[in-house]
Amino acid sequence: MATSDTGIDQSTSIPFYRDERIINWIAQIVSAVLVIGFLIWVVVNFLAAADARGFSLGFNFLNDPAGFPINDPGIEYDPSMTYGRAILVGLVNTLRVAIAGVVAATILGTTVALARLSPNWLLSRIALVYIEFHRNIPLLVLLFIWYFSVFTQLPPVRESLVLPGPVILNLRGLYISWPRLTETGGPLAIALIIGIVLATIAYFVLRRRREETGQETYYGWVSLAIVVVSAIGGWLVSGGTPLYLDVPVLDGFNYAGGLRLTPEFAALFVGLTMYTAGFIAEVVRAGIQAVDRGQVEAANAVGLSNLQVLSLVVIPQALRVIIPPMISQYLNLTKNSSLALAIGYQELFSVGRIAINQAGQAVPVFAIIMVSYLTLSLLTSAVLNVYNRRIQFVTR
Amino acid sequence: MSENNSQPIIVCKDVHKWYGEFHALRGVDMEVAKGEVIVIFGPSGSGKSTFIRTINRLEEHQRGSIAVNGIELSHDVRNIEKIREETGMVFQQFNLFPHISVLQNVTLAPIWVKKMPREEAEELGMELLTRVGIPEQAEKFPGQLSGGQQQRVAIARALAMQPEIMLFDEPTSALDPEMIKEVLDAMTELAKSGMTMLVVTHEMGFARAVADRLFFFDEGNVVESGTPQDLFNNPQEDRTKLFLSQILQH
Repeated sequence: MATSDTGIDQSTSIPFYRDERIINWIAQIVSAVLVIGFLIWVVVNFLAAADARGFSLGFNFLNDPAGFPINDPGIEYDPSMTYGRAILVGLVNTLRVAIAGVVAATILGTTVALARLSPNWLLSRIALVYIEFHRNIPLLVLLFIWYFSVFTQLPPVRESLVLPGPVILNLRGLYISWPRLTETGGPLAIALIIGIVLATIAYFVLRRRREETGQETYYGWVSLAIVVVSAIGGWLVSGGTPLYLDVPVLDGFNYAGGLRLTPEFAALFVGLTMYTAGFIAEVVRAGIQAVDRGQVEAANAVGLSNLQVLSLVVIPQALRVIIPPMISQYLNLTKNSSLALAIGYQELFSVGRIAINQAGQAVPVFAIIMVSYLTLSLLTSAVLNVYNRRIQFVTR
Repeated sequence: MSENNSQPIIVCKDVHKWYGEFHALRGVDMEVAKGEVIVIFGPSGSGKSTFIRTINRLEEHQRGSIAVNGIELSHDVRNIEKIREETGMVFQQFNLFPHISVLQNVTLAPIWVKKMPREEAEELGMELLTRVGIPEQAEKFPGQLSGGQQQRVAIARALAMQPEIMLFDEPTSALDPEMIKEVLDAMTELAKSGMTMLVVTHEMGFARAVADRLFFFDEGNVVESGTPQDLFNNPQEDRTKLFLSQILQH
């Protein structure tokens, strides 16, 4: 009989089925065996079934010509190109609507959140109605409304709605005047890029100087001036007209020129943006309200202006709460873009489905689709998580 | 310490405040001379915190008038900003900014409101942190400090705007007993330097030692005021006697 320090008799032999260390080990081993066994069974079963039905699991078909057209390709494409190219076009189209949607939804959602928090009763109610409407109606329904009740109900080409800009709305889509570079536009583009980089550097350097010395450095105006001067310089160097406004004009039965958004893209973009903005508004509102009222009072009490209270005290603290759910909203928007299938905008999933039907390669195509979405999502999360970690509070 | 012959720095006349139906302040009158230390005490819900928060417009008064250093507190935003620059405030819950360092807490307002060069602001900040006894904590974040240290940073932060008047809203109520002393010491030092102070507190030892005048609040108004001697030794009103007997028993 061994006796421990406490003087309590400790039998040297704990039965193994009562020893917590052994119980934990056994639990680990059993669950590992179960998981691995299940995976082996799935793969073996799948391979056997694929073999029996004559599925090919290779990716060689990607080099075969696709043979189907894609509306509104984001990069150069025609049906003689390969399946690989077609799927890439789909991915580019997904990225196009996702990036535009994320940017627009963030701006719209933040605006709605600020309206919701505004002391102005009417503004706050309108924001509330907006949020509740978009949060409580399925996205698919919203997309149908935008596509079938708005963008395909527009007047025919000959009776186009012409808004100032000119922005032209008709059955075939939305046409916006768009600046484009001419053949002599190179120097202007380069000058503009350099100008914007310099202006950004100047903004931060001078803003820092303003903080260091207390001297007004007019950092906003200076950086604006740099951009303007470099634009003028680039224009002069190019020795001609480097830039022209591509205005949509009626050419026979159709508008030509300008930037054209197809009704499908427009409906998907507007629907996704407005839907996600409803959720983002609540995320931003929650973040701002999570900042203690005492913070605003303390900032007011030391004499900061309302704008300074917001930018120096409230927003930096709100971001800490906002970023994690915001990541989810960005991922949702990206994945929800696959609902484009229902209204005929051809993005990754929709192109993938055609490829499956035509080439009969369900497994590899689904694998490509899933890996693509997974990669996009993981990249977005990774970038935002790095940022999120930087803004957390230090305690202890 | 009091210079009763000089122009009062705070003049409150018939100040009223309602929260909906609730009449929180019912015609408070108070004049404070430059350099005076005023202690305001009274039961909870008596309007004492509400009152000192009206002085820098964290609460809006609905009737009567408040003038600080000759500036009338009205709906004029510029007047409100000026008054806030001339009054520092210390809160019960410290309200330090958790996302920036202790030193940045102190220098934020001088840099952004007074447009003071950063170096100068940091020098001032270190000087103030030394004055409240915690220069070694400058680079830490508020969440890493004890309550007493946080409250002393809050005092330094308020002093950084070089205010004429300091408002203290129950500065020791959220502190552990052994931390109360370090905060009261800092406040005592400040009072000795000639700062005009309005302090809402139940620390009667501090009131007796440091205050020039006490104001006893009940039900949204001043019941009685006078020097510590007058109020502690010879209270006139029954309500004051009752309250003092309850808090001085222990």
